[in-house]
Amino acid sequence: MKKCINKEILLGNEAIVWGALESGVDFVSVYPGTPSSEIGDVFSEIAKDHGVYFEVSTNEKVALEAAIGASFSGLKSLVAMKNFGLNVASDSLMPFAYTGTKGPAVIVVADDPSCFSSAQSEENSRGFAYLSHIPILEPSDAQEAKDFTKLGFEISEKFSIPVILRITTRVAHQRMLVCRSEINNSKAKGRFEKDVRRFVTMPPRVLEMKKELFEKLDKIKPYIEKINKTEDIKSSKSLGIICSGICYLYVKEALDQMNLKLPVLKIGSFYPLAEKSIKDFIKNIDNVLIVEELEGYLEKEVMALAKDTNCKVRVFGKDVLLFIGELDSEKVVFALSKILKRKYKKPEVISFNLAKRFPRLCTGCPYWTIFSAVKKSSPDAVFGGDIGCYMLSGFPPHNMQDYLFSMGSSIGIAHGIKKSANQKLIAFIGDSTFFHSGIPALINAVFNKSNPLIIIMDNRITAMTGHQVNPGIGKTAMGEATSEIKIEEIVKACGVKNLKVVNFSNVKELESFVKEFLNKDEVSVIIARGTCAYILRKQKQS
Amino acid sequence: MNKTFNIIISGVGGQGLITLTKIIAEACRIEKKDVKTSELHGLSQRGGSVQTHIRFGERVWSPLITENKADLIIGLEITEALRNIFYLKPEGAVISDKYQLFYPDALDKEEAIKKINSISIKRKYLIDALSVCKDKLDSEVVSGIYLLSIGVFNKIIPLSADSVIEAIEKIVPEKYVELNKKAFKLSKQ
Repeated sequence: MKKCINKEILLGNEAIVWGALESGVDFVSVYPGTPSSEIGDVFSEIAKDHGVYFEVSTNEKVALEAAIGASFSGLKSLVAMKNFGLNVASDSLMPFAYTGTKGPAVIVVADDPSCFSSAQSEENSRGFAYLSHIPILEPSDAQEAKDFTKLGFEISEKFSIPVILRITTRVAHQRMLVCRSEINNSKAKGRFEKDVRRFVTMPPRVLEMKKELFEKLDKIKPYIEKINKTEDIKSSKSLGIICSGICYLYVKEALDQMNLKLPVLKIGSFYPLAEKSIKDFIKNIDNVLIVEELEGYLEKEVMALAKDTNCKVRVFGKDVLLFIGELDSEKVVFALSKILKRKYKKPEVISFNLAKRFPRLCTGCPYWTIFSAVKKSSPDAVFGGDIGCYMLSGFPPHNMQDYLFSMGSSIGIAHGIKKSANQKLIAFIGDSTFFHSGIPALINAVFNKSNPLIIIMDNRITAMTGHQVNPGIGKTAMGEATSEIKIEEIVKACGVKNLKVVNFSNVKELESFVKEFLNKDEVSVIIARGTCAYILRKQKQS
Repeated sequence: MNKTFNIIISGVGGQGLITLTKIIAEACRIEKKDVKTSELHGLSQRGGSVQTHIRFGERVWSPLITENKADLIIGLEITEALRNIFYLKPEGAVISDKYQLFYPDALDKEEAIKKINSISIKRKYLIDALSVCKDKLDSEVVSGIYLLSIGVFNKIIPLSADSVIEAIEKIVPEKYVELNKKAFKLSKQ
């Protein structure tokens, strides 16, 4: 480990950026999504100063593919996204494990237990380990987020395999004192050296690649043992704790609070699992508690290992801890009390039952009047929602969101409903979400002769995740001028005949277009356009 | 047992909770204390109820404060202070603005104040921070700094005023440093 030259308070996501810079990262691509967005936001500000190439890609699959291209050209690359982004990227993730990396590559994935900033599902991205066979590291605090980013590059470099750094909201958005070391500014220029055996997954080669992948994983296993940490191993023979990620902090806190000393095994890599550490840990112990958030993957692994090692060990996990929602130290206190048959005293609290304060649109946001106008024009329509600020249409007073799924799905599902039911339907989608994955669904609706009305809310920024650039605004994430990709031209090229572009302020016109288009037999699109109120305010301030 | 000081800052997204959190964390660094904080970004902070957690002391493990473990609740808005009372220790303190940002079905402001006053804790400071800042400094955004200063000067928060001022100088953009320092000194007048 290099010398600490500066200690400062960093957000987990900022620490990942510094870890990448200290590793000498050359190429960074992201698609923003809470709780991962600040990684891109920081790179957007400082990439140039360190000779790093940075981009906000159109979606996570493209971001990953960009990083794969950089890796194949020998560069050190990092790609960051939220959990659902990995679903989008997964089609290219799987073969990346097979080809492996040339330049090292780290894929940061941010899960959000309790879904603070996530609709869709409470996803546990550790499941991708089983699908992709890509190593997954799990840091527990901001310092470790930095250290494991570097470790990820180290493993990737040593074994020519991509590495996933899996963080959760409480790691990504945790601040603590972090030790920073010297930065290695990127000087690399890549070159793609042709190597068909390495980069082409055509059968029968693909099956050889699979075999090579498993050989790599066997070699990684002993290497990865060293990042697990065993503490107070001799303190008890009756109960020990195995934990990973943020849960390590909750365990330490709970033990402090209960004035207990128990053996703790902290797992640094979920995959490949350092089986030796676990076997050694459970060998001579009567009971073991697995503390992990969401589904009990680790618990199942430990149970399987116990069969050969110590079949008498009793494994506790999701029987005493929830698998829905995030954990905290109090939940660990509860679990330990239950196992140790200690009396658990629920904290006495004073609480007041108050009406919920829903998130709302920013002051001056034009979406408010647009929602009202659309609802007025067709109060009985089915309203399709998508991922972006316009999700807030689902809250009172508008209550106009009848389904909400994943990026771009408002259009795909609209098509299915229109084909199945004779009802009026209006689907909302934002500019960035349209670029991300709305386009194939729009083409499908035209191709298969459907007739939903789609309103593209073009506020010329990716607002909800913190105002990142997108292909519609004529500026890259590094601040360079680029082609402004016009949504109306894409819509026209998709074969849409009923198309209107209306300014946010022109509500009357919008109302009349909605009424007109709802009676059409073909797909209709209204692009409602203007500048995000937040951006307008920022422009005024400066 | 390891002793930490635990602060919950509660308010509404957009009120500057994160800046306030960063200032307190930086003051801890200056005093060589271990510190961890937790906050939420994204949709959850867009005008909805938000809270940040700050824990400091000799050694801090978890960034999260659990129910009945907060030494102090700082409320930038009265209903949000009330909403987070379940975090408070019986011997804890509340410092809150009386200011209310209205929302549908919100509890009446006077009723909210009455409810906080009904809690049997010794140290309660309910003040018109936002309107004082507006009157004296012509700025509402520094109300949190004013509330923080009440905690520091009344020796509720174990951090020195000098460290907080040094932290303000480091965290706040240069052109707002003087304004923030003035807000911090308001409670001394």
